[in-house]
Amino acid sequence: MTNNSGDPTRQEDKGKQNTVDPTRRNWLFAAGVALNVAAGALLAIPMIGFVFSSFVEKKDPRNWISLGHLEEFPEKMTRIATYRNPFTRPWDGQTANIPCWVRRASGNEFQIFAINCTHLGCPVRWFQESGLFMCPCHGGAFYEDGSRAAGPPPRGLFQYDHKVENGQLWVKGGEMPTLSNPV
Amino acid sequence: MVNKLRELAVWLDDRLHLTALYASTAGHEVPSSAGSWFYVFGSATLLCFIIQVITGTCLAFVYVPSTNEAFTSLEYLNHAQFWGWYLRAVHYWGSNFMVFIMTLHMIQVFLFGAYKYPRELTWVSGIFLLLFTLGMAFTGQVMRFDQDAYWGLSIGASVTGRVPLIGGQLVHLLLAGPIIAGETLSRFFTLHVFILPGLIIAIVSMHLRLVLTKGINEYPKPGVPVKRSTYDAEYAEILRKEGVPFVPHAVGKDLVFAALTIVAILGCALFFGPKGPLGVPNPTLINTNPRPDFYFLSIFAALALLPDWMEVIVLFVAPAILIGLLLALPFISGTGEKSFRRRPVAVLAVIFIMLVIGTLTYMGETSPWSPRMYAWSGTPIPVNLVKKRTPLEIHGALVFQNKQCRNCHSLGNEGGMRGPALDDVATRLTADQMVRQVIQGGGNMPAYGKRLTPAEVDALVAFMRTLRPDKEPGVKPADKSLNKLPRDIARAGPPLANLER
Repeated sequence: MTNNSGDPTRQEDKGKQNTVDPTRRNWLFAAGVALNVAAGALLAIPMIGFVFSSFVEKKDPRNWISLGHLEEFPEKMTRIATYRNPFTRPWDGQTANIPCWVRRASGNEFQIFAINCTHLGCPVRWFQESGLFMCPCHGGAFYEDGSRAAGPPPRGLFQYDHKVENGQLWVKGGEMPTLSNPV
Repeated sequence: MVNKLRELAVWLDDRLHLTALYASTAGHEVPSSAGSWFYVFGSATLLCFIIQVITGTCLAFVYVPSTNEAFTSLEYLNHAQFWGWYLRAVHYWGSNFMVFIMTLHMIQVFLFGAYKYPRELTWVSGIFLLLFTLGMAFTGQVMRFDQDAYWGLSIGASVTGRVPLIGGQLVHLLLAGPIIAGETLSRFFTLHVFILPGLIIAIVSMHLRLVLTKGINEYPKPGVPVKRSTYDAEYAEILRKEGVPFVPHAVGKDLVFAALTIVAILGCALFFGPKGPLGVPNPTLINTNPRPDFYFLSIFAALALLPDWMEVIVLFVAPAILIGLLLALPFISGTGEKSFRRRPVAVLAVIFIMLVIGTLTYMGETSPWSPRMYAWSGTPIPVNLVKKRTPLEIHGALVFQNKQCRNCHSLGNEGGMRGPALDDVATRLTADQMVRQVIQGGGNMPAYGKRLTPAEVDALVAFMRTLRPDKEPGVKPADKSLNKLPRDIARAGPPLANLER
């Protein structure tokens, strides 16, 4: 840009500059920068809040959902149950159908295990004959009560809160269990 | 007429400064030694990226980034959209080639010492391009929104959940919510088509500008080390002596390799077609076997093989150290010998890293640590192993099959490989050792004490005692008094109450 001195408009510009008070120009420059910083912040603050809302919103995403009547879960059996995720969007489609393993040990004594292996979240499968949950990803295995049996998982299966009410089994779902959020 | 055209060209050049632009970019001088077959990988990686941008833009005309519709729109692309399957295939194979050729480029730059003075920042920007390209690969496999994508996200979230202190919030940030749901795919779509490509374009611009301002690395000669004080003058001297304009004198091999790359991508796309989508992304369909695309199979394998206490280190500390080392490399060894002929450690490091990644990828592909979920119901015990056996032994074979032992233990090379093959177990374990192993587990085997009656253990051990080569005897305990019948040990073993059937 500096070698454009032959340009007539440029010359004119320079001439004008000499007549204007330089402190006024400097003040305008500083004020302009400050105004833009302020305007930028007005845009940036809500934008950062929008993107990083997970750090701000403390609302519990979990809710009670019915898994069905107690009769659907025979005693001493472990069965798969599915529920509609309470944290949902209209365009979720089938991804909002969440599976879990329900074990009715005896009477009203239930255990509801998350489908996600505690190692890296793959779906564990129940094997009635050997009484084990097995994971297809890295070969983690869990006993029927959810405790760790073998393989790389660092702990037993995640268990959801649950209650028995009005002859139905309720689960508190809505969050994917991970080691930092073991529901 | 010709004069008029010439006038127009001169006018355009005056306004657009095209000649000057050409002279400072495509026509810039490079050492003639840089016109080598080893120097074609950078331009080929850029070419792959351009193919990805073009095919990706076309796919975005049809693809619907909504969890409810993504799978259907992929099926539509495969089966209904005119040439849709082909563009999906080119985009998929283009990504494979991009990762592959980028790796070759990186190895070449490393072995030729091109990261040394004064090209440190070219290397650093290249490391960021590597990371962003791997980011594209991961987000891209989420775009193929099928079962693998769903459980891949689940694995991603579980890995993130292991970050100390802020893991929970990071999982929410990654998934755009507490669970994989509608907004998760939108988030990955935004990363895949806006944020990461934008970053790649910005950094590629910087990468190329640095190549122009600092010059392309001359073909290194063994015994000519880089010195900060003299290198710039030496490079200027090389250019003065043997400098040629990049276009047309050094670009020939790049052009040939570029054409071969395109043909290879199109050929693979034509013959092998697109990948997936493999199964509807419905989490309630749990009979699935999630595997990542090949770029991440090595990490997937490492996570199966590591001991528990090492995982957080390998997941977070090791990558941080590795990336830190890569970024620091030009500052640690910014001078000295460039040629790989005088840098045996560098050559060994490349071979070692490639062997590790290759072995882990192969293991990830075969996954011997995963139980074979259907072996117990689908793979019968070889007939020769139950021929001429007593009723008790045959009962034991049934127990072995029905209790799903085969999901982890193979017989006759069929079945799982999670545990050891049991074809010759009788030569390794005595009867009481077998009983203890079955009932109490141990060494990565679950305990089956609560799941087997003493009679079943008896039968199972009787069967396993027959599992040995014909002419080899089974092991017997040295101390005769310990040579009890299995049922005695089973009765004396851990409590066997709570038997459910």
